[in-house]
Amino acid sequence: MATTTQIDTPPPQAPVERPSGRPTGRTGDRIFLGLSRGSGILLLVVMAAIAGFLTYRASIAISKDHANFLTSFDWLPSQTPPVFGIAVLLVGTVVSSVVAMVIAVPVAVGIALFISHYAPRRLATSLAYVVDLLAAVPSIIYGVWGALVLVPYLDGLNAWLDHYFAWTYIFDQTQSGVARNMLTVGILLAIMILPIVTSVSREVFLQVPRMNEEAALALGATRWEVIRLSVLPFGRSGVISASMLGLGRALGETMAVATVLSPSYLMSFHLLNPGGGTFAQNIAAKFDEANPLGRDALIASGLVLFVLTLLVNGAARLIIARRKEYSGANA
Amino acid sequence: MKLQRKNRLRAAAIGALAVSGALVLTACGSDDNSGSTGGTGGKTSAASNVKCDGAKGQLRASGSSAQKNAMDLWAKGYMAACQGVEINYKASSSGEGIVAFNQGTVGYAGSDSPLKPDEISDSKKVCKGGQGIDLPMVGGPIAVGYHLEGVDNLVLDGPTLAKILSTKIKNWNDPAIAKLNPGTKLPDKPIQPFHRSEDSGTTENLSKYLTASAPGDWKYPIGKSWPAPGGQAAAGSAGVAQQVKQVDGSIGYFELSYATSQKISTVKINTGAGSPVEASSDNASKAIAAAKVVGTGPDLSLKLDYTTKAEGAYPIVLVTYEIVCDKGNKADTLGTVKSFLTYTASDEGQQQLSTAGYAPIPAEINAKVRSAIAAIS
Repeated sequence: MATTTQIDTPPPQAPVERPSGRPTGRTGDRIFLGLSRGSGILLLVVMAAIAGFLTYRASIAISKDHANFLTSFDWLPSQTPPVFGIAVLLVGTVVSSVVAMVIAVPVAVGIALFISHYAPRRLATSLAYVVDLLAAVPSIIYGVWGALVLVPYLDGLNAWLDHYFAWTYIFDQTQSGVARNMLTVGILLAIMILPIVTSVSREVFLQVPRMNEEAALALGATRWEVIRLSVLPFGRSGVISASMLGLGRALGETMAVATVLSPSYLMSFHLLNPGGGTFAQNIAAKFDEANPLGRDALIASGLVLFVLTLLVNGAARLIIARRKEYSGANA
Repeated sequence: MKLQRKNRLRAAAIGALAVSGALVLTACGSDDNSGSTGGTGGKTSAASNVKCDGAKGQLRASGSSAQKNAMDLWAKGYMAACQGVEINYKASSSGEGIVAFNQGTVGYAGSDSPLKPDEISDSKKVCKGGQGIDLPMVGGPIAVGYHLEGVDNLVLDGPTLAKILSTKIKNWNDPAIAKLNPGTKLPDKPIQPFHRSEDSGTTENLSKYLTASAPGDWKYPIGKSWPAPGGQAAAGSAGVAQQVKQVDGSIGYFELSYATSQKISTVKINTGAGSPVEASSDNASKAIAAAKVVGTGPDLSLKLDYTTKAEGAYPIVLVTYEIVCDKGNKADTLGTVKSFLTYTASDEGQQQLSTAGYAPIPAEINAKVRSAIAAIS
């Protein structure tokens, strides 16, 4: 909230008359102010309408649910009595997104640093272009590519992880199967969120004040030390906001997950076992054959995803607000 | 291994191309036919004996997606013969079809399962002076497809299949499988069972078969969602078939047409008959012939005999119904419903089923269906 007021303060001062006395287009200013304020309010109204719709339909479903909506492991809204709950979906959504973040953020920061500080100009521009292009590929294409190409190749990685890292519990493959598991989903999501994280991080790294870097160089720092001492601290909140943008995409990704995952309603933290599910994937998979109560139940699960996304974005804003003078998002 | 997989993928791609190419070509062919009959303005085409009496306007229908392909086929043939009549079948789900029917928004509904008692009492509000009845119209075998390098003939029975699909049997060289397949060299490989990830009438019918034929090994609730633990899920019959095609050591279930179009080997079922039975349209019809009509009056809901030992009867079948009012159909849809269903239940309509991987309803039951259709008003 603090940031919002910060941003909102300037406009009242905007219609300043120039010393020359020439009309500055006050009406233009007013129209523009009205338009932008209207758009801002419209956005809030739309969000409130979505929240209202989701809450209304969700309340219908939850009132008929014979299990605990938050902790139940079943999804059987067409059964009599209907039982359904989001525990598996919540865990699956969070786990797959966390896996994606763990893989994608270091790689994205690496690519961004390479593009902004190491690569020769010509390579940097073409590399940046290619990374941005990745963002434009529709998710279903990633899904098909994942199912036909990635999944068969990940069998080997699964076996390797199971062999050497089974002691970590999460890499213990207790049910043999094709690699249509949460790790695969995480890897695919990581590839999908890479462009947005890379591109925003790169922008932030390019905005590091030249003076800081030159001062560090003048003190005899190597290039890596420059990055460690001036670029990374300056860019940290920017990288965090970039990561949150990526996380938002990972949380809501639907078709790619639905294509590569073998969903089930068993709670398992063995990442290599097939099974699990995410909110968006579950909605896509169940919507067609669902009865009216089933649809309301899916909408209720959508509400949870909505709240989860709001919480994540709110948390991100809090982190960024602490260092807002450096934030790439607020720049 | 890698190379082989690549080749297999390439082969699959070429296969898919060939299949879709063939489909495109045949589609073009039949389009041309219907176009030419339409073009000459003749109401009767040489090949069909469709009676369009009283049919007019648009008929909306909705329900089971299992019979979608049959409906498409029939609607096309019917509309080519009856000018100006439009059949609009929305393949959603059986449950939704029945709901739409009881709200009076569709002329008839398609459903994988017959009306339940409370649904019948609801239907009395829509059918003035009558009630909703079930007419079995489309039968079909559910094929159990498998992919096991080196094994091209596999026989299973109900209990073994139940144990495999519920992951109680985990390896292909299990003694229970070996006992049913003397002389076949079964590899030491883990079994990868695949099932549907979304709710499905196919799943429900398979569960009914397993419950009936393996009561000791299959104690899960019968429903549209997959009940048993373990295994992997894929979306739609197409998704399951694709996984079975791709993964060595896999087994899964889908409508027969997916197995034939993708050349997936199917399991022969040991029903206790003289020899194991293969999944085919004919064999499915033989099993449906063993069904008993349990509906009263014009209602023809069937009780399938999943434990039939009749020679050549393939027991894993599904029957989908058309649900109409016996009396009190709406005046503006009655003519079209009657005329269209007369066509689908006719010899010509039923024969078309086997070309689409379905099974015709056996003659004895079909005769009752026809007289029930003739009596609706």
